[in-house]
Amino acid sequence: MIDIKKIRSDFPILSRKINGKDLVYFDNAATSQTPKQVIDVIVDYYTRLNSNIHRGVHKLSQEATDAYEKARIKIQKHFNVAKSYQIIFTAGTTESINLVASGYSKFLKPDDELIISSLEHHSNIVPWQMLCEKTGAILKVIPMSLDGSLDMNSFYNLLSSKTKLVFVNHVSNALGIINPIEDIIIKAHEYGAKVLVDGAQACPHIKPDLQALDVDFYVTSAHKLCGPTGVGMLYGKLELLKSLPPYQGGGEMISTVTFEKTTYADLPHKFEAGTPNIAGGIAFGAALDYMNSIGFDNIAEYENELLNYATNALKKIDGIKIYGEVKNKTAVISFNIRGIHPYDIGSILDQLGIAVRTGHHCAQPIMDFFAIPGTVRASFSFYNTFVEIDRLVEAVNKAATMLK
Amino acid sequence: MNSIKAIQDEIIEEFSLFEDWMQRYEYMIELGKSLPLIKNDYKTDKYLIKGCQSKVWVHANLDGDKLKFTADSDAIITKGIIAILIRVFSDQNPKDILEADTDFIDKIGLKEHLSPTRANGLVSMVKQIKMYAVVFQTQFN
Repeated sequence: MIDIKKIRSDFPILSRKINGKDLVYFDNAATSQTPKQVIDVIVDYYTRLNSNIHRGVHKLSQEATDAYEKARIKIQKHFNVAKSYQIIFTAGTTESINLVASGYSKFLKPDDELIISSLEHHSNIVPWQMLCEKTGAILKVIPMSLDGSLDMNSFYNLLSSKTKLVFVNHVSNALGIINPIEDIIIKAHEYGAKVLVDGAQACPHIKPDLQALDVDFYVTSAHKLCGPTGVGMLYGKLELLKSLPPYQGGGEMISTVTFEKTTYADLPHKFEAGTPNIAGGIAFGAALDYMNSIGFDNIAEYENELLNYATNALKKIDGIKIYGEVKNKTAVISFNIRGIHPYDIGSILDQLGIAVRTGHHCAQPIMDFFAIPGTVRASFSFYNTFVEIDRLVEAVNKAATMLK
Repeated sequence: MNSIKAIQDEIIEEFSLFEDWMQRYEYMIELGKSLPLIKNDYKTDKYLIKGCQSKVWVHANLDGDKLKFTADSDAIITKGIIAILIRVFSDQNPKDILEADTDFIDKIGLKEHLSPTRANGLVSMVKQIKMYAVVFQTQFN
């Protein structure tokens, strides 16, 4: 059970007024809000602990290092990972993907094949295109079915002994569809291909068990799950992380340096050049603590109720079309009203204090598939309420009347 | 024809009469709906302005010594904004357009009430109008 009153009191920003009205924040898929338990950890870090980690002999550096490494262990436990050094701190999902893509050029030769899904965020398309340009490997795309889900038969047909890597998001950011990653991983492994899963949109709603999934790489960002921006993680299987070359050179990622040769540090430091986002890493751990204290089962159950309630209410609006309406989805509704530009609806909703995302959601191929310029995307979180959804429906109705 | 400055003052005055931004939005939507249609020949990439989340096409032609603008967008509020810009800058000579201040946009509070992407789009539109004025101005010289 969710104690919604208690939860909302944890998020100071939710009491803000926008254009004179109570803020309704339905842009959670872009970034989630931050509870005071996480804000306090950031303040505490700069108030009591601030120092550089992993090298100081002094007390502050020790304490900061402990806090940072404790956060890594929290992340390890959360995702059920075997060793804490399989968790690499990064600046976020995009950097995690680029880290793997950049290193993977070492393993690819011309005519090797990479498979990506057509539901990807641009950040999971562009790095692989760059990798293909560099290596001569070929990018293949899993097409979408009419309902917006992946066409799995086409995926099976794309797989061959040439396939080296498969990249797919766990949940689509534009539509909220949960992809069948278990099946994708099993099938890809049958051909010896590795799989990278982008968990940015999944982790706020689902607690994945990375060992059970047997996934090769898994990436996510803290700011989607109540943590701060600018920090995220890369998980990798041990032998893969060991064989991937370092991404950036700098301090902390080396073992010994002479002008003739540098030997790299062990995991995870090999991939963590320079002073990291220390406060961010610690707060990432605190964010997972916070979400686990509410419980992912409770979160999923409550968000599902919000999703069903909102879907039913919005469907009554004349001319509405919801995209990606499938059984397995997170609390995201991507929609349009016939004859109205999504941007216009977003502008009116903003005037009424309601924050949604409009546009192509960094997933232009999906918009091209549906032949639309974009959608209005309302994405819900466990701190949203049914009353807020009523306000959304009322506002969309008002916008539709004004704009028709 | 009124000067650009006089038209801008008129618009500032009109916008100040509304009680809140919802009414101003309603007004912009009405302006958008009443904007004369542009020829389909001009709704091509050549006339498309980059930097807008919605599509905006602007076309200019010279009529005597005056520049006439027509424009369109796939979003109605954007069309309303274009209608305001056309009212200010259309039927003026290129030199006046080039020299005109555009601070009326700030004075009616339009920029701060637009999302950042739309505000960027507005800046792009004004830039494009001034670019047309530069091009036609050089034809005179």
